[in-house]
Amino acid sequence: MNLRQLRQRASALGPAVVVGASGFALWEGAVRAFGISEFLLPKPTSIGAELLAEWPVLRHAGWETGQIAVSGLLIGILAGVLLAMFTTRFRMLNEGLTPLAVAVNATPIVALAPIFNAWFGITGTLSNQAVVIAVVFFPVFINTAKGLTEVHPDEIELMRSYAAGEWTIMREVRVPNALPFFANALRVVAPLSVIAAIVAEYFGGPQDRIGNVITSSAGFARYDVAWAAIAVASAVGLALFAAALLVERVSMPWRLAVGGSDSNNNPGREK
Amino acid sequence: MSTGADTPAVQVDDVDMVFNEGSGGEVAALSGINLTIRAGEFVTLIGPSGCGKSTFLRLVADLLTPTAGSISVFGQSAHESRTGQDYGMVFQHAGLFDWRKVKANIELPLELRGWSKADRAARSAEMLDLVKLDEFGDLYPRQLSGGMQQRVSIARALSFEPRLLLMDEPFGALDEMTREHMQSELLRIWGETGTTVVFVTHSISEAAFLSNRVIVLSPRPGRVHSIIDVDLGERTPDTREDPDFFTAATTIREALRSVGGAV
Amino acid sequence: MSARSETATKALRSVVTAALAIILIVLVWEGYKWTGQQTGGTWPGTGIELPVSTDDIIMPHASDIAAELVSDIRDGRSTLPLSVFLLKKAWFTLQEAAIGFFLGSVIGIGLAVLMLRWRVAERGLLPWINVSQTVPLIALAPIIVTWGRNQGLPDIVSISLISTYLTFFPVAVSALRGLQSPDSAHVELMRSYAAPWRTTLFKLRLPAARPYLFPAFKIAATLSVVGAIVGEISIGTKTGLGRAILEFAQRYAVWPERLYASVVGAAVLGLFVFGMISLAERLVLRRTDEVVA
Repeated sequence: MNLRQLRQRASALGPAVVVGASGFALWEGAVRAFGISEFLLPKPTSIGAELLAEWPVLRHAGWETGQIAVSGLLIGILAGVLLAMFTTRFRMLNEGLTPLAVAVNATPIVALAPIFNAWFGITGTLSNQAVVIAVVFFPVFINTAKGLTEVHPDEIELMRSYAAGEWTIMREVRVPNALPFFANALRVVAPLSVIAAIVAEYFGGPQDRIGNVITSSAGFARYDVAWAAIAVASAVGLALFAAALLVERVSMPWRLAVGGSDSNNNPGREK
Repeated sequence: MSTGADTPAVQVDDVDMVFNEGSGGEVAALSGINLTIRAGEFVTLIGPSGCGKSTFLRLVADLLTPTAGSISVFGQSAHESRTGQDYGMVFQHAGLFDWRKVKANIELPLELRGWSKADRAARSAEMLDLVKLDEFGDLYPRQLSGGMQQRVSIARALSFEPRLLLMDEPFGALDEMTREHMQSELLRIWGETGTTVVFVTHSISEAAFLSNRVIVLSPRPGRVHSIIDVDLGERTPDTREDPDFFTAATTIREALRSVGGAV
Repeated sequence: MSARSETATKALRSVVTAALAIILIVLVWEGYKWTGQQTGGTWPGTGIELPVSTDDIIMPHASDIAAELVSDIRDGRSTLPLSVFLLKKAWFTLQEAAIGFFLGSVIGIGLAVLMLRWRVAERGLLPWINVSQTVPLIALAPIIVTWGRNQGLPDIVSISLISTYLTFFPVAVSALRGLQSPDSAHVELMRSYAAPWRTTLFKLRLPAARPYLFPAFKIAATLSVVGAIVGEISIGTKTGLGRAILEFAQRYAVWPERLYASVVGAAVLGLFVFGMISLAERLVLRRTDEVVA
């Protein structure tokens, strides 16, 4: 990275840094100036202090919750992509399953948590993992299936003119075409997996997780600790979101080359 | 397999094409088509919208199967010719894969035929030279202009040296200046490779400038209305101002008028 | 006429699809249960245990769940059928969700207009709007509600706030994309009329944003229900669908059918709001899409 690029980077990030810093300053200042009790809204500095003081507990909780989130995320992604690829091969199946998936995705899937507890046990982590998988699966499946099927007809005809088989068309056309759609789903489900894991923890599972730390701290009016736990969860979510963006960049170098890789671009191509 | 000089590049006998057959919403796209295209010829199909020009091209390409009649390409069935990859195809939209660099796009058909990496690289370099895009091999398609993309598309279609090139309004989306330039380029490439070209267009001047023969189709259902021979000798930029060129264009225009319908 | 019959066919098709989907789910459910009971809880022909036990507590018959919907349940001093009971709870949850959805949409569109007006606002805010989604505010539910109660606010306010937080994000991002969607020719046309920024916003950008907004509204509506239900669950409100789910989850061993019925109720509520937005989308966008022949 040369100096010019570095300067561009800085000017692109500058406003965000300013907004972030002034946001925290405003928060801190407001709590101090208006004498808002820590009971209502702890200062960022108090949250930071608790983050250090309770670090062993929070680190353990974050690690355990993070594991559930990440493993559920990976399994959900794998299942969603594989099923999408499978259904793409059978048009009828795809046309039948996609509206069903859209419908299920419109329901509050986290409400399944108590049922999963009944199925997989309330003390283990399996039911929490199942909630994460279910929450991740549907957006990934819907988006990937869309990307695999919404291919320009010329591209399919071209491949057929080369006498290419279905598998070759899948590899050379459908999968690359689906990548932007998949990437969009990934941005959504990466942070969602952490949230789903925490909500699942409200219903059951081991008692040393982020969700439990939040509920029990709130119960004892230790709001600064609860906020610190949320900060840990945010860090995990942010890391996963950053990983999703990284996957997006690495897997689609052609988008970066044409300068189309803005942080909120449309899936697909503007042909 | 006989591939002597007298074997026609494309032989079409009594071909009918009906879409949605037996479903109520039947559409007769082509009816009673008989046509012989000689090896090395440059043939243009022209006609009003709905005359089945593109359908005809897709039948030759075996992307559609005729309802009746037979089509052979260099003495083989259209299907054998597709599985044997005897032809290259160019669409109106360049249809390049965004995710492949220009080079890799040209090499795609070679990859599918199992060429070695070194052979592919050598051929794509050759092809880039042919379409005069030597410096652009490592860019992505979206970084090129429309005319350049279409040149890559032609390079891709020619990369495996097909004996037949099928082109479906390839310059339709280009501006007039680029279009004329591309036409000259195409004729140069045709002269260098000796490929047979079947070219679909709705531009009268394009048909007159490019072809040895112009086939005028009439619409609904598509039939061969007339076949016009064009002999303008060696094409140069001056050909466009040649009286013979205007005569050919006028003949085509009159044929299209008698066919009726908007081109 | 043909357009109308086409919509009718489409509607019929979605009804048939939905019916088939329900039948399919019931068949898979009952098929799995039947298989498990034939083999004594293992995969057919093997000794490997099935992942979910098939007894009547873990997996009640679909017919039993349906029957439970019409059987009576005590609600305070009165008794009423479970379906009516769930409907009453759902109505409460729907109100929370609706407030959240409305506030979230207003905030989302407001942020989008702000970011549209000042490029520096976009650069400053958009990264934080993205980051906001990694903050599990839903996890803050217990705090927000205790906070609300200390302020003497009814729970519905706190829960609606949680819904709002979940809702604003998809609206803000899609609205910005939609407002930026008109191509430069249209923007230049407006400029040639010497139209002020506000006029361009209302006459060009907002109408152009509609196709982007509705998909976002659908996501937001679903999320507003999720927010309301999770909010209810995590704070122990006195009413609402989330409360019902929590209560029935605790008495699962006695009445498993009730838990399933309440979860089905939550799914129906989610589908209902999704359907309402889809309907609104059709009514609003039809005029622009329909070709007057």
